[in-house]
This record gives sequence, C-alpha cells and structure tokens, in this order.
Amino acid sequence: MESAEQKQQPRYYFIWFLLLVLTMVEVGVAYLSHLPRTLLILVLVGLAIWKATLVAMYYMHLKFERLRVILLATAPIPLAIILVLGVLLEYAQ
Amino acid sequence: MKEAIAMPGGVHAEPGMRIYNQKLGMWVFLASEVMFFTGLIGAYIILRFGAGDWALPGIPLEEGGTPLAINLTAFNTFMLICSSVTMVKAFAAIEHGDQRGLRLFLLGTVVLGAAFVGIQIFEYIKLTHEGFLPACSAELAEIVPNCGLFGSTFYVMTGFHGAHVSIGVFCMIWVTVKAFRGAYTKENHGGVEVIGLYWHFVDLVWILLFTIVYLI
Repeated sequence: MESAEQKQQPRYYFIWFLLLVLTMVEVGVAYLSHLPRTLLILVLVGLAIWKATLVAMYYMHLKFERLRVILLATAPIPLAIILVLGVLLEYAQ
Repeated sequence: MKEAIAMPGGVHAEPGMRIYNQKLGMWVFLASEVMFFTGLIGAYIILRFGAGDWALPGIPLEEGGTPLAINLTAFNTFMLICSSVTMVKAFAAIEHGDQRGLRLFLLGTVVLGAAFVGIQIFEYIKLTHEGFLPACSAELAEIVPNCGLFGSTFYVMTGFHGAHVSIGVFCMIWVTVKAFRGAYTKENHGGVEVIGLYWHFVDLVWILLFTIVYLI
C-alpha cells in the first residue's frame, strides 16, 4: 500500500474499455480464416499479451510499484518465455 | 538485526523488500503460478503441434471447425474483465476510506466471479451433451480432428483455471464478509489488496488461455 499512496489514481474505466475493445478485436480477428495462419497467431498472441500487460500494469499496480517488487513479479517471465520458445522451436525445425 | 518497518496499511513490512509480508507472500505465490500455467501451456503446445490437424474457429463444425462456443466464452471473458474493474475499484474505495464503495464493489466482484464459474459449468454441460469429452463421442471424433486430444487439453487448462476462479470467489466472499463487519479501514486494508492481486492474476491468465485455447 505504500505504492498505492504514492501513485496517481489510474483511469480504471478507460483500461476496462480498452480491454473490452481489444477482446472484441481478438474475436473478430480469430474468424478471419483467410489470413495466413502464422500471421493470425502472431496478431492474436500480440493482442493477448497487450491485454495481460494492461491488467498487470494498471490493475495489479505494477506500473506504480517499487523496482524490487516489479523485479519479483516479473522474475518468472524470462523462464516462461524460455519454456514456451523451447517447445515451439522443437516444431519449427 | 533490522526491525520490521511499520507500513501505512497497518501491517509490518519485510525489511529487505519494504512491502508487508502478506503482499510479498502473494507475489512469490503468483510467481510460482506463472510457472504452473506455463507448464500447462508448454504441454499444450507439444500436444497440439505434434498432433497436426486441429479444430479451428471460423470454420463450420461439419468441416472440422471448433466445437467450442467462442461467443459465449468471449462474453464470459468480458465478465471476468468487469470483475477486475470492480475489484480494483473496491481497493481504490478503501484507500479513500469509502466503506460503502468497498462493500458494493466487493459484492459486484463476487457476483461477477460466480457468474463466470456458472457460465463455465454451463459450457461444460453443453459440450459434454454434444459429446465433446476428453474421450470424444464417436460422431464428434469423425468430424473434429484429434478430438480426444483437443478435449483433454481443453478440460485440463480451463478446468485448472476454473478451480482458481472458484477458490478466488470463496476467498472474495470471506473478504466481503469481513468488509461488512468493518474489518478494513483506510489505514488497514492489506487483505483487500492481497486478494485483489490474486484476482487480477486469475483474470490475466484467462486472457491468455482464452486466446490460446479458443481463438488460435
């Protein structure tokens, strides 16, 4: 809560509206079956990561946290990326 | 030896991190949860890409399209996003000492979270009646590529997430009851922040799972 008192009040409803719009765009994009499959997957994953980042930054208040908390929260992300890329590379060959 | 640092939330901070212990504990737990769900996603990638053909959205079911109800789940995703807003508004309310706002927004979060679980159960019942199970019905197995594998991965990933949401709803009910008893104040509301972190994480995971399981 130390951070909560230092931070400005984020625009929670604007973030909610953005998340809603991005979800609608995602569902719309998923039905564009004539798009190249790889492009479709990249766009959908990009939109999902954008949405997840918005939740983490503004609703979990990571944008306003101390650096040490941000480091703690994001510590497993490189490991997660290594795991996912590792298994994906198996099929890229 | 360092002394515990008194925090504005009425709780004591871990000297090294300068955040209170419950919040530190929740962040460490969430870090482990990231790896738990990444493990599931990694297994899904191996099984799906190894399988070859997969049921896709935007294609009729008879031609090998997905048996999942994407529009219904998109609505459910919207519900979970709305519950994140009510949760963060509850936290913002108690930061300003607004007891009425805290109780109202916590109640909203409980209702939206329970509705998410309810819709997921409805979806499961609908899908199982249509023969979409970890072991697919013979009719569905003929038209949905790798139907059994699709079913297994679908139920494992969404099931584990649903269990997390259900646990979150029960914890939220507990926090809401405490809020109605006046347990949280402007100076002491660590419980609201900690359950909020868990709730937003569950929302964040669903955002990723919805894309991976339903849309791709």
